[in-house]
Amino acid sequence: MSRAWKWLRYHGVSIWAALAIAYLLVPIALIAVFSFNDPEGKFNYIWNGFTTEHWTNIFGIEELTDAFLTSLRLAALSTIIATILGTMIALALVRHNFHGRRVANFLIVIPMATPEVVIGASLLSMFLIYGISLGFFSLLLAHVMFSISFVVIVVRSRLIGFDRRLEEAARDLGATPMTTFRTVTAPLLMPGIIGAALLAFALSIDDFVISNFTSGTTVTFPLYIFGAAQRGIPVEVYSVATLLFAVTVLAMIFVTWQQRRAEKLAEIRPDDEDETGLSALASGREPISSTGSAA
Amino acid sequence: MNGESKPLSRRLVPYWLMGPGLLWLVLFFVIPLYFMARLALESGTLETGFTFSWEWSNFSDAISRYNEQFIRSFVYAGVATLIALVIAYPLAYAIAFRGGRWKNALLFAVVAPFFVTYLIRTIAWTTILSDDGVVVDVLKAVGIVGEDGRVLATPAAVIAGITYNFLPFMVLPIYASLERLDPRLIEGAKDLYSSPRAAFMKVTLPLSAPGIVAGTLLTFIPAAGDYINVLFLGSTNTSMVGNAIQSLYLNLRDYPTAAALSFILMAVIMALVVIYIRFAGSEALMGEEEEAT
Repeated sequence: MSRAWKWLRYHGVSIWAALAIAYLLVPIALIAVFSFNDPEGKFNYIWNGFTTEHWTNIFGIEELTDAFLTSLRLAALSTIIATILGTMIALALVRHNFHGRRVANFLIVIPMATPEVVIGASLLSMFLIYGISLGFFSLLLAHVMFSISFVVIVVRSRLIGFDRRLEEAARDLGATPMTTFRTVTAPLLMPGIIGAALLAFALSIDDFVISNFTSGTTVTFPLYIFGAAQRGIPVEVYSVATLLFAVTVLAMIFVTWQQRRAEKLAEIRPDDEDETGLSALASGREPISSTGSAA
Repeated sequence: MNGESKPLSRRLVPYWLMGPGLLWLVLFFVIPLYFMARLALESGTLETGFTFSWEWSNFSDAISRYNEQFIRSFVYAGVATLIALVIAYPLAYAIAFRGGRWKNALLFAVVAPFFVTYLIRTIAWTTILSDDGVVVDVLKAVGIVGEDGRVLATPAAVIAGITYNFLPFMVLPIYASLERLDPRLIEGAKDLYSSPRAAFMKVTLPLSAPGIVAGTLLTFIPAAGDYINVLFLGSTNTSMVGNAIQSLYLNLRDYPTAAALSFILMAVIMALVVIYIRFAGSEALMGEEEEAT
């Protein structure tokens, strides 16, 4: 008994964790499984039989495809804008000392601590008063806004772990500030920026609440799902969601791999003041300069 | 470090870098809040149009009309946050200390729900908890749910949905704080004849407190404003303040009441956050610690 108890006391945490992971993954598995369902009525709630029809015909529903394409366009545009603006803020916050940094920090954190419904409602209030027509443009303004803070947080964490001696070394070797940025800073920061962009993209394509307030008659993927929910969600939605999941997973794996690579690159730093490290940089035999020239 | 000796053009660099992004936040976050405040003080109806008239009664009206939803929001969010903490802490602990080479895969599993559209994963729960689903059958067999009882459309379903949807926000910060913890501290405690339980209570738990504080905030704040889970898993009897704001804005078009309600929601959440941070005495909120760099 005491041995069983000991075993349970040690492994209890792991068992609990396994159950929690299962809890997190069950709904995802269910969505993937139900994308192969052949439902009897309009509602895809009960398993009725296997079919691949909703995968082969994945873009067969015009409204769904349109909504999905709108979401992709919106997410792509808002990601580009938010990533550029957010990266610039992160650079300023980490690399420079200036007055008003507390205000800047506050301004970045506060949107993340505000319920989405309040953000959506306040944007709608402003659009109503100004008479700005709701649609793709108002959605874009909103999506960039809520993505910026997340980009700043991700890129900043990357910048903080950045070894600035690498840049100094490049400068010492006669690189202009612009060349240093292009061949040293940018390649090393890239994984962080890509990670941030991926997050912004995911946030945008997933957003329902703020879009619900600011979309007007424009329909995004989540808004389509919401509209369809009352009359029965077509199985193709499950297929598209599963596809989206698979693509995101692949992108995540790619980013992780890139990040590892960048960490390896950063490891060949001049540890001491001896010339071996610097000469490694100067001779360009390590990928820092090779990625730089490729960029 | 940046001496005053630097030329003006160099000292302006950070402002140029931040300017566009912060301007965007001011234009589309701060100023909209101002307009919402103005809207909250207007009077009139949709037909006659709204005019600004310092209508403070909108606020008291909103509270008296929707106090039920308010209380429900904070109770549901509070309960869901507690359940999430109970689920998340051992999970984060196991990933941090027992994950080994599976650490990244496990962390990935934690954030995986985020890669499935929010609405879809909530709808998946309607299938799981549906009246003739397995979960309800089991609950009926054990006698928790009566013969013709159901789980959908009950507060339990809404709380379960909220817990699920925001659980990763709880796991990640706790994991981050445990991961940073130096295992030698725990070993030290054990070397000094502390029982595993005492070592946990006196070393591990206090050192992971910042993660717990951040996690509970990141879970509670969106949970209190959520209205999706009620829409799919609840009923009119479980509606939360988010549902009231949404229908007032988008269906009833009673903008002043809706704006007043949003403002109260935000103010209450801010107040709770401030009290909580004071109480928890934590520096955990983002950004502060990095300022030295």
